[in-house]
Amino acid sequence: MRITPRSSGDASRGGPPLSEGQKGERRLLLGNEAIARACLEAGVGFASTYPGTPSSEIGLIFDEISPQYGFYFEYSTNEKVAMETAGAAAASGVRSFVFMKHVGVNVASDPMMSLGYTGVRAGMVILSADDPSLHSSQNEQDNRHYARLGNLPMLEPSTPAEAKEMALAGFELSERLGCPVFLRTTTRVNHARGLVPLGDVKAPSAKGHFDKDPQRFVPVPAFARMMRTRQIERLKLMADETEGSRFNFTEGEGDVGVIASGVAYTYAREFLNGCAFLKLGMTNPLPEKTIAQFLRGKRRVIVFEELDPLLEDAVLRIAKDANPSVEVIGKRSGHLPLAFEYNPETVASLSQLVSVKGLSNILTPAKVSLPVRPPVLCAGCPHRATFFAIRRALGGREAVVSTDIGCYTLGLNPPLGMADFLLCMGSSVGAAGGFAEVTDQKVVAFIGDSTLFHSGIPGIINAAFNRHVYLLVVLDNRTTAMTGHQPHPGTGRSGARASEPLDIEALVRGCGVRNVVSVDPYELKKTIEAAKAAFDNNELTVIIARRACPLAIKKKGGEERTRYTVNAEKCVFCRTCIGKFACPAMRIDGKVAAIDESMCIGCGACVDVCPKGAIEVAK
Amino acid sequence: MKYNVLIVGVGGQGVLLASRVLGEAAMRAGHEVVMSEVHGMAQRGGSVSSVVRFGEGVMSPLIPLGGADVILGFEPVESYRSLPFARAGATIVTDTTPVPPSGVISGKETYPGIEELLGGMREAGLRVVGFEASAEAQKVGTRLAANSVLLGALCGSEALPLESSEVRSILLESVREKFRELNGRAFDAGFAIARNGP
Repeated sequence: MRITPRSSGDASRGGPPLSEGQKGERRLLLGNEAIARACLEAGVGFASTYPGTPSSEIGLIFDEISPQYGFYFEYSTNEKVAMETAGAAAASGVRSFVFMKHVGVNVASDPMMSLGYTGVRAGMVILSADDPSLHSSQNEQDNRHYARLGNLPMLEPSTPAEAKEMALAGFELSERLGCPVFLRTTTRVNHARGLVPLGDVKAPSAKGHFDKDPQRFVPVPAFARMMRTRQIERLKLMADETEGSRFNFTEGEGDVGVIASGVAYTYAREFLNGCAFLKLGMTNPLPEKTIAQFLRGKRRVIVFEELDPLLEDAVLRIAKDANPSVEVIGKRSGHLPLAFEYNPETVASLSQLVSVKGLSNILTPAKVSLPVRPPVLCAGCPHRATFFAIRRALGGREAVVSTDIGCYTLGLNPPLGMADFLLCMGSSVGAAGGFAEVTDQKVVAFIGDSTLFHSGIPGIINAAFNRHVYLLVVLDNRTTAMTGHQPHPGTGRSGARASEPLDIEALVRGCGVRNVVSVDPYELKKTIEAAKAAFDNNELTVIIARRACPLAIKKKGGEERTRYTVNAEKCVFCRTCIGKFACPAMRIDGKVAAIDESMCIGCGACVDVCPKGAIEVAK
Repeated sequence: MKYNVLIVGVGGQGVLLASRVLGEAAMRAGHEVVMSEVHGMAQRGGSVSSVVRFGEGVMSPLIPLGGADVILGFEPVESYRSLPFARAGATIVTDTTPVPPSGVISGKETYPGIEELLGGMREAGLRVVGFEASAEAQKVGTRLAANSVLLGALCGSEALPLESSEVRSILLESVREKFRELNGRAFDAGFAIARNGP
């Protein structure tokens, strides 16, 4: 058996339960585990999120331990709702934690800006997990801008140990200042693992009381002006906090200095020689006096930060007064890149300017042509069957495919080729309306079940309201698959707060759509018929392709599966199953197609793919 | 001393768990440890890699090119792809069982010969422990224990200052009880091959 994490304790992680462990003990924790532990040590009473890489593991942990631990945790329908619920909890005097990926903050930014006005009564920490290099995202936006935009204090850890310390300190800082604290991580902190010293876990305080104060919590213009004035006054307190923060410190001596933040600090600190360091952990507001003092007497200063030159621009401004002759090396000087995450090679690129250590020659092995290995839809994935059916229903007709965010974005890859346009979560539905209005092309939109609840519904209402004509296919795999199989309104909650699954068909009808059909994508012929009818009727149509994610079923312990085989006598090696359907369980065995038993999940969708009926139930 | 281990394979092969076992063993041996993992989209059958660094002064979660002391490869093409990370004289422990990617299955790309890959590794100056770990795992019960075979082989290669008994016991702590005995035998099989050859 392949080793899988044991099922007792925190099943999603393996290892001892996160809530155990005493002060002084050191554990090898993922950045996200360290942040979850910080919440336990802070006595957080309320936590909310919408899943998104690289922040998802925190939710998987909370989902498991929150009932026994006595704090409230929810998967909210989207990040905006998560921000609002957590903001209300903190306004009621309960420490709250809301976490999301960087682009989730775009969705949550509206209430977040107002929370920067109203402030909070108990500690509130907002985690923005950024993704430089776009490991699993549509962009690599630098969310440090949000802390400045919202005038929120920002902490920026470099390691899992610091992530725990800063998350914990964030709640205290939030209470001292009376506003939310922005904790900004990146993939290489969330998904790094390091030794983390534990502190004592604190009993959560999950109940508060909301004391009414409209001048503070109702930002109508007259009151909001007062809030704005208070926010400006708070900036002075924030400046004092950052100048005295233990997260901003200097190391080493010399006339060449390095100013660094985030994971970039670890690369610079380990691989640069003979420099003085100013390590910045509280980066909004910046400790301008500390920076000015560091710049004095320096001949050259390297600013080492990923993505946008926020520190660098501040350093250039501060240097004008503090040390006009200092040479500032960074992105503006053309030495360091704006795009993508840094790594040890980024440090090596500075070797003409400064001494670099611990880097060796790179081997040059013989050139061998290696096949690429992009991620693919799993064997038996119902999305593949749906894509294939829509392609068949289109026949030779062209269609603009407006897709969305989830596993099914992988439908982009050949031979499926089912992705022409994508902006963000929920965009498939709204964008389809635009294509439908201005082109004479057929328009097909795809959206997953969790994404539909997240932000697809306003688009559907819009389409019905404005009578856009296109086909929307809801890829309903009964879970939030890509991020680790989290529940959503369509599955309902389980446990003490069990809730009824929301009926997508009724929901879509309620949005004003008249043509709504539900199909099982494994029943290929029926799915093709439903799509053909939709393309012919010239009205807005929604097809709900419902079939549970096989990975999720496998996680739960699996089902009996039917064995399928290729009848070699019937197979004419037309390669439809391999070249057009492309299930990873299909193989070539000499001059016929074959099924890899170790991968096949027995869905049977390929039976109707084969034009010769050669795929049969194994006897 | 610092030790840099790069673990590579295909999403779903157990790369994360193997790296966690090594990191835990390094921690229990009293080392500083830094690791880096890839989660999310890449796990859907794509190339995946994971980093374990331990020893005095490790901070960076990434290994510099030319810096890996050990590459633990779950798939031969992925092992070859990672060679720019190896230092001269590094040890590479790799399964030689191909997992053909989609382009190879559909006939658009070709999968290189295993001997060409292993030869290229040796010519590049690496110490190569390459064998059919999946087949060895099958012998003890199931191909899916290949990751235990590889961890055993890594310990047998003595490329890292980690006690093999400690690595073995952390591995077994990490698997469900009913699979412990099987994974123990898989580890031992890999250990013996690294010591004595296949």
